[in-house]
Amino acid sequence: MNARLIPFAVFALIVALFGFGIVWNKYHDPRYVPSPLIGKAAPAFDLPRLEDPAQRVRKTDLLGKPYLINVFASWCFACGEEHPVLMAYSKRFGVPLIGYDYKDQAADAKAWLDEHGNPYHEVLADVSGATAIDFGVYGAPETFLVDGQGVIRYKHIGPLTPDVIARELDPAIKAVQGTAR
Amino acid sequence: MKRMWLVLACALALLVSASAFAIDPLPFKDAAQRQRFQHLTSQLRCMVCQNESLDASNADLAKDLRHQIFDMMQQGKSDAQIKQYLVARYSDFVLYDPPLKASTLLLWFGPAALVLGGGIVVLVLLRRRAKPAAQIKATAETGDDW
Repeated sequence: MNARLIPFAVFALIVALFGFGIVWNKYHDPRYVPSPLIGKAAPAFDLPRLEDPAQRVRKTDLLGKPYLINVFASWCFACGEEHPVLMAYSKRFGVPLIGYDYKDQAADAKAWLDEHGNPYHEVLADVSGATAIDFGVYGAPETFLVDGQGVIRYKHIGPLTPDVIARELDPAIKAVQGTAR
Repeated sequence: MKRMWLVLACALALLVSASAFAIDPLPFKDAAQRQRFQHLTSQLRCMVCQNESLDASNADLAKDLRHQIFDMMQQGKSDAQIKQYLVARYSDFVLYDPPLKASTLLLWFGPAALVLGGGIVVLVLLRRRAKPAAQIKATAETGDDW
């Protein structure tokens, strides 16, 4: 090899490396952290209903059929961006969409749902956020798909968009429903 | 848009992070426990403001986790057990020191491998250049004149 080409080769290598970095970061959000809970049993929970705190919902109550848990809060800005998508899609998922009101005041959450509409099958309230720690929640909105055996099959962090639903969530729901039958 | 808000929130948190402990005091048994707590939380990442430690962050979740870690300490849990608790929920990403395993080999040894590889290249080039005078003419003809 002609030694004169070595500096050029090194330069080209560095350019390729930087180019790779730019392209990689375009398609991979460095903030995205894959949940270690995927493929594992969802944590046991026992939470009051937003509408009627005297009634509690436990994980065992929901076993048997797959469902979606959508973590939201009235104070959460991105949840407002996601909300119209949930309103449009909640009936089309084919599985119940359960709202998870995260570190929120009941009155605020109710007012928020009254104003923007309620896409949820039912809404659980986690005022302290203690159960959310078990779910590894760190930024609302987050969406979990739990199968009939109570195992977390899919998680999305950040607002659901029609694109994410078509590309990731719908196939994940299909797969869960397929194994259930 | 969400990211912009997070950046703003993080910037705000940075402004007041020095006083995080003054705002959120915990009833430590003694100075040693307090030091252990600060040492442990400074090794853990706040998942909301990802470039802040749990020790420094003013994010709501960081506060909750500080309380959780404090409670676990009172229950006599070891640092390793507390880290395990967090890793099970938030993945290895919460640790500022990533564990050594197959998926992190490149991270741990990549820089050393690069230095080693670069060193070998430099050595080879220097040796070529240091060839005896009799061979300089020959190498010059191959274009090795820089």
